[in-house]
Amino acid sequence: MFHWASSSMKRRVPWLASLLVCGFLVLAFLLIDSRSASALPVPAGKVYAIPAFGRKYGMPCSACHEAWPKLNNFGQSFKDNGYQMGNDRDAPIFQQPAYWPVSFRMTPQWHRQSVDRADITNPATGTPVEGRLTTHGFDLSGMDILTAGTLAKNISFLLVPAAGNDAVFAFESANVRFSNLLKSSWLNIKVGKFELDNMISEKRIMTLSDFGGYQIYHFQPATEFLPDGSFTPFYTFGMGDNQIGAEVSGHSKNSYTRYSAALLSGNDGSVGVPNGHGYDTYLTFSQAFEAGSLGLQRVGAFAYIGRAPTYLATSSLLTDGFGQKSFYRAGFFGLWYLKKLDFMTMYTRGGDNVFLGTGTPSFSPLPAGAQGPTWNAGFIETHYTVNPQFILVNRYELIRMSRQALPITPGVFEPGVSVPSANFGDIDSLVFGYRYYPFISSRAGFAFHNEYSVVRQRGVAPLSGKDLTNNSLFLGFDFIF
Amino acid sequence: MRANKSMQWMFLAAALLALPSLAIAQQGEIHVGKVTGHSDAGKQLYFRFCWGCHGFRGDGNGENGPYLNILPRNFVAATFKCRSTPTGTLPTDEDLYDSVGRGFTNSNMPAWISLTKQQRADMVAFIKTFSPRWKTDKPGDPINVPAEPAATLDGIKHGKELFTKLECWKCHGPEGRGDGPSASTLTDSNEQPIRPYNFAEGSHFKCGTTNHDLYKIFMTGLDGTPMPSFADVIKPEDAWDLVHYLRTLQVNHKSPELALWMGTKEGAEFVKAQKVGGTPTGSGIKQ
Repeated sequence: MFHWASSSMKRRVPWLASLLVCGFLVLAFLLIDSRSASALPVPAGKVYAIPAFGRKYGMPCSACHEAWPKLNNFGQSFKDNGYQMGNDRDAPIFQQPAYWPVSFRMTPQWHRQSVDRADITNPATGTPVEGRLTTHGFDLSGMDILTAGTLAKNISFLLVPAAGNDAVFAFESANVRFSNLLKSSWLNIKVGKFELDNMISEKRIMTLSDFGGYQIYHFQPATEFLPDGSFTPFYTFGMGDNQIGAEVSGHSKNSYTRYSAALLSGNDGSVGVPNGHGYDTYLTFSQAFEAGSLGLQRVGAFAYIGRAPTYLATSSLLTDGFGQKSFYRAGFFGLWYLKKLDFMTMYTRGGDNVFLGTGTPSFSPLPAGAQGPTWNAGFIETHYTVNPQFILVNRYELIRMSRQALPITPGVFEPGVSVPSANFGDIDSLVFGYRYYPFISSRAGFAFHNEYSVVRQRGVAPLSGKDLTNNSLFLGFDFIF
Repeated sequence: MRANKSMQWMFLAAALLALPSLAIAQQGEIHVGKVTGHSDAGKQLYFRFCWGCHGFRGDGNGENGPYLNILPRNFVAATFKCRSTPTGTLPTDEDLYDSVGRGFTNSNMPAWISLTKQQRADMVAFIKTFSPRWKTDKPGDPINVPAEPAATLDGIKHGKELFTKLECWKCHGPEGRGDGPSASTLTDSNEQPIRPYNFAEGSHFKCGTTNHDLYKIFMTGLDGTPMPSFADVIKPEDAWDLVHYLRTLQVNHKSPELALWMGTKEGAEFVKAQKVGGTPTGSGIKQ
């Protein structure tokens, strides 16, 4: 589910003003002294790209990343090998004692967001009014502190304290990995909090605006929102969210063949164990193959099978979820290269148990005609990597409900009773933009990021129940050191 | 008739004009098995993956060069360690291709095996554009590696004698730990200090992992390092005995030669003494 624009900034803003600000930022960027970039004889969310590795191994970002943060197969292989190059110089004992495996990332930005049918009820009169709400201004992203590396040969770690732009920190990732067990690359074990082994990684997403994320990784049917209509699902799950558990994985030497199987606490990566006495499972497999000068192609499949509580029970000592019901997400993906042009494609089938789908505690009777919601989703993301310093990004994503949890009655959505149409909650999302890296080095990374995204969801306008459209324009200076 | 002749002349002229361009096109190509590498594609890959160490001009003066204890290869000098060709000659395309895929243990050069065969071949094609030597010299003929005889105790003992006689120990140390009396004085062609190979440490050699690779190393030498070629010094059968003995120095790497050697009192005591060490450092090597 996408995020809402802050309602604290209710003000209509002419497009002209927005364009002026954009123009100013672009001009400022063009005035940057980028002589180091011209020396290169090449024609000219949240991200895991770790310059500390570049500093450790003396490699430019472009060695591991198609364009950071998107990994190429060499970077994937490095990650699969437990952040080791395998040259017998990976353990920290071989590093200068002063070497510190820490990187920081943040994105000062200007962004403009707009939603066409927001609830802009006049507090003075109390008259419900639906209208366009636009916010814009200079802002900060959250900050990631990325620490990763090897503790000893074949024992590696990743620790990512991450803060929102309010500087409240949480552990995005914290895990230890034992690699090459039994001297085989086919047996590795990771324990802690980590990103699911998604080859299309949300942590390495190439789009940054609020509405430019992968909808597919976080979608839950609109009928799962709280009965008061607030847009917070009763249970939360996102395949893009980092999860806590243990993962067994393996890969061929060149990472062309990969598998992983994870056992996860069923609490969507939250720390502590409330709601977490159930366990989820995630399985994935992929195979890459060479296609001559076109590049490396990869196809794979994944399945997440989980359970979530339908109600919470509390006492003075413990809080826990009960009435666990199942849900699943499963699908296929492909990474297709045509030299500089590449496509990432994904298809996902999702389904929730009827109790989850209607937000009904398992001890309560189900609404009349209720059934488990199912949906199909997919996207195609295109990149054109002009050179390691410039990449164009585009993605079209759609989600289609194939079975609604509640009976269809034309009209406005009535939580727990009915939905207005068969396509209620369907999503269409389009995002395009570019990233320009004025220099490439093995010390730090910097990108000028410009992006536009638009998301339309069927029938979820808060008052009228009409379609809701959000759009976002984003200009950011994305730096990592 | 006249028209026909004109056509013939035009065809000939066109062919003559086309020849140089054909030659230019082929100049940037290499062939490894069924894969043809192209230097223009390799150039883009080089400036993605390699320039940080090997430099924009391929001279090994990348921005990371000063921080590496083994300097990156200078492609302009066109002196290469790992070859199947005699010392002093250029390597074959396959030699370079294998080096890119294998990487160099104990250095910052990783194994680029996760790149496609095409990409590695393209890289090699571009690497060969840095030195004019590739235009004037041809790669040497790969040396002949005779079939490997089965390892025997006598052969291993003979190899040990050769290790002493050829003074390998002066650099590699009497126990193969890279700590011979000359070790601290050695420099490479960049006049940088260089450490002889420590057999006790690992399973990888600089130029491969197999007995065949080890045979090639001391019959071709590692150009650009103090490791000479012994091709003119020892016979092939002696060379195999030396290979089998060197395997017994790799006490942390299981091999048939080591198993054979450990069956003797001398061998068992040697291995036991080698494995006595201090606290593990996390390097993967028991000190």
